[in-house]
Amino acid sequence: MEYTDIQDIVDRYNQIRGGLIGMLQEIQARYSYLPEDALKVVAEQTNRSLVDIYGVATFYKSFSLKPRGKHLCSVCLGTACHVRGAPKIAEEFERQLGIKAGETTKDNEFTLETVNCLGACALGPIVVVDGHYFSNVRTSRVKQIISEVRDGLDKVEVKTDERIFPVEVSCAHCNHNLMDRVNLVDDMPSIRVTVSFGRKHGCIRLSSLYGSYNTKTEYETSENEIVNFFCPHCHAELTGATECGICGAPMVPMIVRGGGILQICSRYGCKGHLLDFSGVNV
Amino acid sequence: MIKLKINGLNVSVEKGTTILEAAQSVGFPIPTLCHMEGLTPYGACRLCVVEIGTGDRTKLVTSCTYPAEEGLVVRTASERVLKARRMIVELLLASCPQSKTIQDIASKLHVTQQRFRQEHEDCILCGLCVRMCKEQMMAGAIGFRGRGQNRSIGTPFDIKSEVCRLCGGCIYVCPACQLRCTFTEPDKAICGGCLNLSPPCVDKDQFHDMMCYMDPCVACEIKED
Ligand code: FES
Ligand code: FES
Repeated sequence: MEYTDIQDIVDRYNQIRGGLIGMLQEIQARYSYLPEDALKVVAEQTNRSLVDIYGVATFYKSFSLKPRGKHLCSVCLGTACHVRGAPKIAEEFERQLGIKAGETTKDNEFTLETVNCLGACALGPIVVVDGHYFSNVRTSRVKQIISEVRDGLDKVEVKTDERIFPVEVSCAHCNHNLMDRVNLVDDMPSIRVTVSFGRKHGCIRLSSLYGSYNTKTEYETSENEIVNFFCPHCHAELTGATECGICGAPMVPMIVRGGGILQICSRYGCKGHLLDFSGVNV
Repeated sequence: MIKLKINGLNVSVEKGTTILEAAQSVGFPIPTLCHMEGLTPYGACRLCVVEIGTGDRTKLVTSCTYPAEEGLVVRTASERVLKARRMIVELLLASCPQSKTIQDIASKLHVTQQRFRQEHEDCILCGLCVRMCKEQMMAGAIGFRGRGQNRSIGTPFDIKSEVCRLCGGCIYVCPACQLRCTFTEPDKAICGGCLNLSPPCVDKDQFHDMMCYMDPCVACEIKED
């Protein structure tokens, strides 16, 4: 495996005192665990001994030195969840997935772990999968949760989700409207911009629904690649000063009709986006 | 200069001196285990507890880490202190009975029995070897790993460390005498400097020639495998 991006992560945190945990968290987010070589890079770059880094990595339960499955499934066994029958839930998960707590399924899909209190005791028994909370879980729901996770929890139900609304945007440079009313994405007019990555150049259509990540492109883009966005009218590059809060890639600004700025992350596959209404008189 | 009172005696010391150093400078003995000159104080063993304060607002603190304060009143051998120390020694004996260092401390405090379930740990997590490796040998090959019950000392990933020079400093300071950096390949270690490596009187039928003066000797509880 290549660990070049670990360099970026380390550089970003190295100025901050106590940035070590942040580094490790980000490395774990990227690789799903802390690879041995990654820890060595961190030790070298931060001028600490490897054993110090290793000590921190083994101290916190949320760090894992073993590869984890795609989905992390944490069943709460804290006091409150325990009395509400969490051990049964954990057992059911173990049976359905065919692994014990702390293990990963053979197909590398699921890692099951038990935790002690997730801070939502009133809603117990609690199960958290990939950051999605399931409350008041009954054994009968376990199977359903697993299949929901297999289908992808991030898939957004465009029709029913009220957090989703359409936006209409224009170029931050020439103020030309970017909407494409002919080619639809999510049954709505799409946002058309030109992109370039590597040596390729082409056009991409983004969903105009804020909160939906569906796109249409001519090319297969690989995940994690940072893409440059251009206005198809004035050909100016759409760049701003902001960095994505999730992955640190530059954000791409667009002007929203009615006021405000929409920013989306330029890393393909990253879900960072924000809508900024500051400076708008309502 | 900071003025404080140790066992009724007025003492003045430089700023930054610990209570332990102050007490030792005027000749009051305080037993220590995880403290060693030249290494940063760590406060792991709690053996060096002393009582500070007056009236009913006294408390126990570890003298090896507590800096002397102006007007501080210290008692190094009050009833409360001795009781606490004896308990600590008993607990240490319960986990690591074969250690000559611990046995000696126990006998000095007149502890002849320990009342807990006997275990045979090979480490009391005093951190002497870790500090030795890092601060004196400038290597940083071994360190603490894990947390709580699973806390242990060793090399990252349990493989021989690249920065270990087999200096043996860790074995030299270890009160429980365990080989550390090289324990995955013990035969390659430079060893033999430590006479304590074999427990003093374990494996003997009669304990006539035991090195400690405890009777009965706790070390005699031989590990059952
Ligand atoms: S006990 Fe499960 S959330 Fe607190
Ligand atoms: S010598 Fe002070 S705590 Fe060990």
